Amino acid sequence: MTESATSAPRSPAELFLAFNRLALQGFGGVLAVAQVELVERRGWLTRAEFVELLSASQVLPGPNVVNLSLMLGDRWFGWRGALAALAGLVVVPLAIVIALTLVHDRFADVPQVAGALRGMGAVAAGLVLVTALKLLSTLRGNRLGPWLCAGVAATTFGAIALARWPLAGVIAVLAPLACALAAWRLRR
Amino acid sequence: MNGLAWPDLLGLTGHFMLLSLLAIGGAITTASDMHRYVVTEHGWISDAQFTSSIAIAQAAPGPNVLFVAVIGWNVAGPVGMLATLAGTMLPSSLLVLAVSRWAAQRRESLGVRAFATGMAPLTLGLLLATGWVLAEPFAREPGQRFGALALIAVTIAAMLRTKLSPIWLVALGAVVGALGGI
Repeated sequence: MTESATSAPRSPAELFLAFNRLALQGFGGVLAVAQVELVERRGWLTRAEFVELLSASQVLPGPNVVNLSLMLGDRWFGWRGALAALAGLVVVPLAIVIALTLVHDRFADVPQVAGALRGMGAVAAGLVLVTALKLLSTLRGNRLGPWLCAGVAATTFGAIALARWPLAGVIAVLAPLACALAAWRLRR
Repeated sequence: MNGLAWPDLLGLTGHFMLLSLLAIGGAITTASDMHRYVVTEHGWISDAQFTSSIAIAQAAPGPNVLFVAVIGWNVAGPVGMLATLAGTMLPSSLLVLAVSRWAAQRRESLGVRAFATGMAPLTLGLLLATGWVLAEPFAREPGQRFGALALIAVTIAAMLRTKLSPIWLVALGAVVGALGGI
């Protein structure tokens, strides 16, 4: 838990390029690629720091990756950093998505296109799963201890994936509970 | 695609700003209410246009939130795109920056440490659930089950064992899918 990141961006421009690069690799969601780029490739964050940022991104309203980019950019370069990271994430993909909208009607019914999209969707699911598996190692130093960690993670998984309860309600109930347990453990 | 009048544009922006602050878990969680507003209530776009807006954004590279930009574009062109995108991003972004600065000054406080400690397993449970929710529809479809599960397994193995960039796996998925493997 106490290990720290090995590197940091030198300028908002570098931040812009990094987020642009990870956004352009992120098909069907950017989170998995963000973890690979920011933690494994650039060493700007440790896995534990990434999980911490992701926690805050998920509890606050707004798209998770957008929230993550804003918090990271702001941490290093204030407003300029937040704007640079957000712009890197959004500007080029926005142009692509609008271009796709304009040609969409012509290609929507081609079976190969539909098949390719399904294949990309399956890989996107695998990428999210593998990100979760990799980040599980960050729980090792967690002060909740292995049993409480497993309990909280399994309850969350069951409520969302199996019972399909609404996310906001699940967070509203489980987050205060998990944080209260953590406060109790940290105080002992 | 014909432009909206100013009062309608303001209404559109305002509605998306309101939803922005309710979008815990991402903008997609408020998609049902966006649908109610732009399709059912105002009839600015059709059902099919709404659904394909989400599909296009998910197929394209970049954050999925860009589906709101496509909805705005379909409603009123570039101005509509700015209205929905700025509406969705601004309020939540300002809130996130304010909260993260506030928390950064209190890093060692019990409250912030308890948040980081308690939320870590919850966050990972959510991430696993997201992966499950994305994968499960493939497993239910007999014609897609084998190909999709094979792709998911290859993805997991490759990402755990190699330093391969995820983009190659996405490309593999596209090729396998286009050839009818899934």
